[in-house]
Amino acid sequence: MRTPHLLLLIGVSAAAQDFTRDVQPIFKRRCIACHGAGMQTNGLRLDDGASILRGGYSGSAVVAGKAAESILLKRLTSSEKGFMMPPTGARLTAEELAVISMWINSGAAVPASTIASTTRRASNHWAFQPVARPAAKSLDEIVRARLATEKLTPSPEADRYTLIRRLKLDLLGLPPSPEEVTAFVEDKSPNAWERLIDKFLASPHYGERWARPWLDLARYADSDGYEKDQVRPHAWRYRHWVINALNDDMPFDRFTLEQIAGDLLPGSTVEQKVATGFHRNVLVNREAGVDRAEARFEQLINRTNTVATTWLGLTAGCAQCHDHKYDPFSQKDYYQLLAFFNEADDVNIDAPLAGEMGPYLKALPAYRAETEKLLTEYKIPELQARWETKMRDAYANPGRDAEFDFWITSMSASVDHAMRLLHKKDRTQREGDIVTNYFTSNPGPEFNRDKEVTAKLKELREKLTKLNSGFPALTQAYTIGVHQDHPTTHIAIRGDHRSPGIAVTPGAPPVLPPMQGDTSRLSFAKWLVAPDNPLTARVTVNRAWQEFFGRGIVKTSEDFGATGDKPSHPELLDWLASEFMANRWSMKALHKTIVMSATYKQTSRYRAEVAAVDPENALLARQSRLRIPAENIRDSVLFISQTLSPEIGGKSVMPYLPKGVGELGYGGTKWRETMGRDAYRRGVYIHHQRTTPYPLLVNFDAPDSSVSCARRRSSNTPLQALNLLNDPLFVEAANALAVRTAAEADAPGARIDRMFQLTLGRPPRATEKEKLSKYLDAQSRDPQVWTGLARILFNLDEFVNRE
Amino acid sequence: MNRRTLLSNFGYGLGNMALADLMHAADAPNPLAPKKPHHAAKAKSVIFLFMEGGPSQMDLFDPKPALAKHDGKPLPAEFTKDLKLAFTKPNAAALASPRVFKPCGQSGVVISDYLPGLQSVADDICVVRSMHTEAINHHPGQLLLFSGSIQTGRPTSGAWVTYGLGSESKNLPGFVVLSSGSGTSGGASNFSSGFLPSTYQGTIFRNSGDPILYLSNPDGVSRDSQRASLDTIKELNEEHLAMHGDPEIAARIQSYELAFRMQMSAPELLDFSNESKETLDMYGLNDTASKQFGTNCLLARRLVERGVRYVMLMDASWDTHTELNKKLKAKCDQTDKGSSALVKDLKRLGLLDSTLVIWGGEFGRTPICEIRNTRDPENAGRDHHPTGYSMWLAGGGVKGGMTYGETDELGFNITRDKVHVHDLQATMLHCLGLDHLKLTFRHLGRDFRLTDIGGNIVKPILKG
Repeated sequence: MRTPHLLLLIGVSAAAQDFTRDVQPIFKRRCIACHGAGMQTNGLRLDDGASILRGGYSGSAVVAGKAAESILLKRLTSSEKGFMMPPTGARLTAEELAVISMWINSGAAVPASTIASTTRRASNHWAFQPVARPAAKSLDEIVRARLATEKLTPSPEADRYTLIRRLKLDLLGLPPSPEEVTAFVEDKSPNAWERLIDKFLASPHYGERWARPWLDLARYADSDGYEKDQVRPHAWRYRHWVINALNDDMPFDRFTLEQIAGDLLPGSTVEQKVATGFHRNVLVNREAGVDRAEARFEQLINRTNTVATTWLGLTAGCAQCHDHKYDPFSQKDYYQLLAFFNEADDVNIDAPLAGEMGPYLKALPAYRAETEKLLTEYKIPELQARWETKMRDAYANPGRDAEFDFWITSMSASVDHAMRLLHKKDRTQREGDIVTNYFTSNPGPEFNRDKEVTAKLKELREKLTKLNSGFPALTQAYTIGVHQDHPTTHIAIRGDHRSPGIAVTPGAPPVLPPMQGDTSRLSFAKWLVAPDNPLTARVTVNRAWQEFFGRGIVKTSEDFGATGDKPSHPELLDWLASEFMANRWSMKALHKTIVMSATYKQTSRYRAEVAAVDPENALLARQSRLRIPAENIRDSVLFISQTLSPEIGGKSVMPYLPKGVGELGYGGTKWRETMGRDAYRRGVYIHHQRTTPYPLLVNFDAPDSSVSCARRRSSNTPLQALNLLNDPLFVEAANALAVRTAAEADAPGARIDRMFQLTLGRPPRATEKEKLSKYLDAQSRDPQVWTGLARILFNLDEFVNRE
Repeated sequence: MNRRTLLSNFGYGLGNMALADLMHAADAPNPLAPKKPHHAAKAKSVIFLFMEGGPSQMDLFDPKPALAKHDGKPLPAEFTKDLKLAFTKPNAAALASPRVFKPCGQSGVVISDYLPGLQSVADDICVVRSMHTEAINHHPGQLLLFSGSIQTGRPTSGAWVTYGLGSESKNLPGFVVLSSGSGTSGGASNFSSGFLPSTYQGTIFRNSGDPILYLSNPDGVSRDSQRASLDTIKELNEEHLAMHGDPEIAARIQSYELAFRMQMSAPELLDFSNESKETLDMYGLNDTASKQFGTNCLLARRLVERGVRYVMLMDASWDTHTELNKKLKAKCDQTDKGSSALVKDLKRLGLLDSTLVIWGGEFGRTPICEIRNTRDPENAGRDHHPTGYSMWLAGGGVKGGMTYGETDELGFNITRDKVHVHDLQATMLHCLGLDHLKLTFRHLGRDFRLTDIGGNIVKPILKG
């Protein structure tokens, strides 16, 4: 760096520099393209006196009276790439530098008149404008008007076989039974369709079907992710809440409040706290040597991005490192959003389901007494006290005892708030249990070498495990609460948490209508579902539309910003959004509105003349053919073969997994195969182990649950074919279907009809039946020929799609 | 699918569909069809030998004799002041390496006595001693190495490469993953397609049972009976296609045919009977210790021969926090034969120039000692070290017999020719004819690339 005082040699007048006359023109010439009214890179604005003194995200740019200490001058005089300013083009001249230097040294005075207002930003982008209810009376009216402008006609209504299969798969994720099909096909009443809709909307399977896209957004999983990828035995409690909330048709505004800030609602209930488990689905790195600050920062980024995607349809992630290039969303806005979550902390609570409390309370006194007796018998209080003293000592003196240093690091990674607990005097029962459990399982170097103690501890652990296995412990839930330490949030310069910039307070993005009330997470939640928030309702109805047509009105359902797609039908989006809000945010009402429409009921028959104009079927001159989601492919074969367990909600299950899949993760497989009826539960309940996900789900495009997913892709791969052909699940189901049809139909022709009806929900055409008969004849010597036929039907394109 | 049979099979249902549309439908694009690179390429395939956990560079490739004079004592603060480690405190003692190094081959590339096999191919490999990364923990390090970001959810290098170039193989997946040793920290995230279509994700070839999950027909289903089922499926799907005309149906028909070809060709791939005894021995298949990794190396060669684009071998675990000497010896004994045989064999078959082999872990190991049992000197190990470690590359347009980059006398930091993980990725893509700035995918409103916001091609290690 060249030192500013040298510049005095080159003849700039030593007289005080006037900001407006001498300094501002330099900034205007050289800086304001990036640091002016239009763009404020790194939060710095140099066209305005007050902003200059306030500085950018890294803090104050100017130290009045001390040019040499001012970042502004350091950067202007540096030649280090990435630090120097301007980053490209000619350097400032010595004379220009001298002027700035002297202005700072003489006090950096700025006239009040140059101070401009820098508060609310305006934007003309469509998505940030208020929702305006169009005059149209129905969604069909809007869709048809749009088709007419392209001189396209809508398709006719699909036949009833197609309609009922479409509706049941869309609303419940299950195929219709032949009896349901027949009843609907023969129902001549004018409201047959509406009654069918109402029946499906009232089914408890609705919550299972509609939980799935929400769990994709919530990046739900049953394990921590990262190296250790520990199982989260109670993660399902959040999923249970989602399924119930959807089945109860909890209004979406309520659904939002409880998940964002259920813990802060007045007199909040256990269920409302459970809802905040939304945020706990984030990955946790418990690698023993993890950088804890970095790990927490990554979690906050993930939480912020997830909320922005889910409710606002904004790709906020860009602003982690710099002001958003395309949307009016600055880096500061991003960290203000992040601050809501930085001020929250993880809290695990008891969240018993109905019926758990009685047996628990009854068994508790004896269980406690027995535990205490065992701990005393094995001298745990004394041993643990010795260990704790050593641990606290090592924590206070890092580097003195390498072995204990390791255990400090290790415990901190695997136990939340480990050091806080270790230093806490009056531990609650739960906190005391956590520390004692950790100690008895990880006695550390103090006792590892003592063979006798090690043997005793092993014996104790076995006894405790036995005791625990018989104790009706309460279900727990992972929730969030207000952080005790009230951490301050800093902008991370270039997105790097190791370079903290200025401090920020929680706040909503200023391009949107202002938040009301205080800056709590609850106020933020209310702001998300405020009637004047232009995004939440639009984003939500758009995702519902996507589930029914395969494509949102805004195709990029995760991005409503400037880089996202424009809505194919802006009026329709607003019509649905205002209808949604007018119907008190009822999701079932929204779904009913959509499936009642003629647009939804059209046939999906491909039309070449339409495809030529509208290859993606955005204008909906026909219905779309949709590949059934991974989970529902499983559900369908189990349902058809009558092996599906109909139980709703509850724990995750681990159905059969071929050897060698779970083993690819660190520390070997964590898969403990579920036996009995529970092995046949719906796909939504399959345990999701993040580092070794279930093959069927991976092959059929289920997301990996690391980040929020607003729309699944639909691929078409040979691995899908192998999966459907050869996975024992499908072979077993084909076998069960063969057994079922043998009992239900006798003559071969009738049996083909029955099997076809069961799988595809319609009678076979003569040509299809002929092909199947040909197979039966050719393979007649195979005793498994009917299983083979069922297998064929499960592998048809029509089976894995809904028309 | 043959269009003529397709058309002749239609009893009805053509309706007003034009012939051209059906032809279009039958030709639904195969996302794995070979694509033209951005520029003329030296390499056609990549074999990434991923030594999971972090191999110790100062015991294998980057000797630090100066450590001997500090052995057992804390190092001067000037070396350790900014040190941030996973487990060890900066005041831990230095740990000298007992390894014997020698310059090998004509070129004199320096390699440790633990790797006699690799010593014999020294003239074909380029050792980079100046690798660096940001991550100090395994999973973030692996994410950065393979996906270019420590944040989860991005596509990995194998997915990017098959997305960019497709695959030459018509019967096998374009991106294959082989594993040996224990499970890895990253698991599936090391070969995920992230936000790219799942067509590009790595397909695991398993060590036992079916090489590809669900490759074998179910019990009691013969090859003929499988074919008969597939024929019926195809006929019914074709009828459905004729009724609906949706090109996606044609794509599904194709994917079933590819699945069948995979079933047919995999046994041939796995059948080593036409490999000579010398070849099998060279890969270490005659030795229990080296058999598993050696088998994967030989499979990698056979996969590349059959046009597979990207083969990833994961070998876990090189995470030698404790008992460094013993554990590192074991890892070298398991892998040295396989990796060096791979280089020799590719060269013998004339495939080395078109195959880029990369060897290395997510970071290296510290010059200072980590000890978890202070009473046992043999317990000594090394912690994770991100600011200067070694990898090697061979073939695919990379110069052989070269050592690139330098670290300081104790091995803490790089003193010359830094190579960031993003630079390695940019260089790998360059060798394949791909420009890392142009190989992008739009997601969440942004064009993402493997090298995130970094990446410089390491030109000095490339052949002219």
